[in-house]
Amino acid sequence: MAAVKRPHMPVMLVANDLLEGDVVFAATEGWTRDPREACIARDDSHAQALESFAADEFRLARIVDPYLVEVTLNAKGHPVPRHYREVLRMLGPSNRLDLGKQADFKF
Amino acid sequence: MYAYDQFDERLVRERVAQFASQVERRLDGSLSDEEFRPLRLKNGLYLQLHAYMLRIAIPYGTLSARQLRQLAHIADVYDRGYGHFTTRQNLQFNWPKLKDVPAILGLLADVEMHCIQTSGNCIRNVTADHFAGVAHDEIEDPRPSAEWIRQWSTLHPEFDWLGRKFKIAVSGAPHDRAVLKAHDIGVQILRDPVTQQIGYQLLVGGGLGRTPMEGKILREFLPREELLGYLEAVLRIYNLEGRRDNKYKARIKILTHEIGIKAFRAKVEEEFARIDSTNFGADLEEFSRIAAQFAPPAYDNLPDVSRKLEVAQAGDEELARFVEHNLYRHKRKGYTAVTISLKAIGQAPGDATSLQMRVIADLAEKYSLNEARVTHMQNIVLPDVRLDDVPEIFAVLRENDLATANVGLITDILCCPGLDYCALATARSIPLAQTLSRHFADPIKQKEIGELSIKMSGCINACGHHHVGNIGILGLEKKGAESYQITIGGDASENFALGELLGPGLPEQNVPEAIDKVLGVYLALRQPGESFIEAYRRLGLAPFKAAFKEVADAVA
Repeated sequence: MAAVKRPHMPVMLVANDLLEGDVVFAATEGWTRDPREACIARDDSHAQALESFAADEFRLARIVDPYLVEVTLNAKGHPVPRHYREVLRMLGPSNRLDLGKQADFKF
Repeated sequence: MYAYDQFDERLVRERVAQFASQVERRLDGSLSDEEFRPLRLKNGLYLQLHAYMLRIAIPYGTLSARQLRQLAHIADVYDRGYGHFTTRQNLQFNWPKLKDVPAILGLLADVEMHCIQTSGNCIRNVTADHFAGVAHDEIEDPRPSAEWIRQWSTLHPEFDWLGRKFKIAVSGAPHDRAVLKAHDIGVQILRDPVTQQIGYQLLVGGGLGRTPMEGKILREFLPREELLGYLEAVLRIYNLEGRRDNKYKARIKILTHEIGIKAFRAKVEEEFARIDSTNFGADLEEFSRIAAQFAPPAYDNLPDVSRKLEVAQAGDEELARFVEHNLYRHKRKGYTAVTISLKAIGQAPGDATSLQMRVIADLAEKYSLNEARVTHMQNIVLPDVRLDDVPEIFAVLRENDLATANVGLITDILCCPGLDYCALATARSIPLAQTLSRHFADPIKQKEIGELSIKMSGCINACGHHHVGNIGILGLEKKGAESYQITIGGDASENFALGELLGPGLPEQNVPEAIDKVLGVYLALRQPGESFIEAYRRLGLAPFKAAFKEVADAVA
């Protein structure tokens, strides 16, 4: 059996809030809607701990669709996803800068 | 318009209560995500890139002013003040919260609307020609047949869990404005040349997506009384014999392709012969009951030409352009069908604000016998307008950024939400549509190019119908970046054709230049009066491909 491909570090963990649908990020404690507060895992054991936390939260019907997102860190130390899909997901619709996290958090 | 009877009303109300209970049980953990997911999808609720998305059924695209106002109200109270009209004549809200969805469904039920079967592996909302009942070339209004099919297919116990989704469209005119040949079943109303009896031609196995196919004729002529029984037989064969081992091969088009139309037809006919047609006999009475609700309104006898409109046009170039492009010939003298373009230059195709919805509702109420239609081209039609009233309507539209005179032109771009909203998308589509809209904004240039459709999808699922665009654009991922493949020669009409690929995918910024090259060939080589698609058919792919290659080579 082929080994499960693990993501390149660093990563953050993203999910949707079950009740509201918003994109949420695993923070040092609980969840945050602000990606700048996302907990950044720099090694696999930390990433696995995030996944384990998300699995518990999924079972408790708080979030859905959790997964790890590969990121780089910008000059301020904030995560920037490596893939454009996840950048859009973090910001909001690129044709509506008045909507999504780009508007909520004035990125 | 069709008005709900006690059965429709009860069914929709019961579904609201049922879904409210399902949401409650999901939130208290008694329903797992795996159990809840198909239930929310059966109620049109997706989880998209940023949030939940709720898709509201607009059967055959028909809306009353009251319904449109209720949609505006929901947009303001539970969403972000706008909605997206889709390529299947529905409406999507992009930001609802799960906890609010039962309340939204309740508000929809108040105006005889719902989200039932707008997602999931079932028979989806039935679509139809947006000029139904008013088109000058119509044999019969397709709405009674579409409503009849809607009632038959709603919560049909045998077809609630099909192998894959199933889409049916109906047209009552020889000119196909409902893309029948891209549907699982296309229902073409026609008249038997010998008996003059009105019946149906059935097409089967059409579709776009990753395996685009043109629907094939399953039955040349089907008497009205046999329609529902025959559809039952088609669905039964599909349900039993369609593939379930691979979701990408589970649509009926794969079944009809793999066994061949002859073998498929034989199976359907055999099944149809077995069906006890007396079960469906009473339905003709139901058809008559439905048809009575679509009886033509009491039109006034008006002169063919409106002097008032002629005078107004003479002094207003923009109005004259609007009349030239956005009016469609009505079956009655002195009336017209007005298409309101949701493609203002630089805007996201199909999006309308709650204010615009209310403006259109007011216009429908005042000038169009209380009715509006959503088109699969993502525009809105006021179907029953007096020519005399067009100047007043235009003035209101102009004040509300709804008066763009581009119906059928190059900036009337059909476009899916793409990666700005959709979790399945591989690339964005809206920003490129906006760029192209601005690039071709000049009305004189648009008129010079003439009738031409650009259709764009942000993934191979083809919600943006790119295969049947005269120019089709498909957004994909290539080496970690967005890339756009261009096809030409697609045709969504009765002259259905799938577009052919011009060459390798291009970055977004090179697409306008590539389309300029394609148009350059057309404008240089066209014959007088020849549209882009006609020129393409005469010239073939080669000259366009050669022109495109110049751009592709420079990018490579």
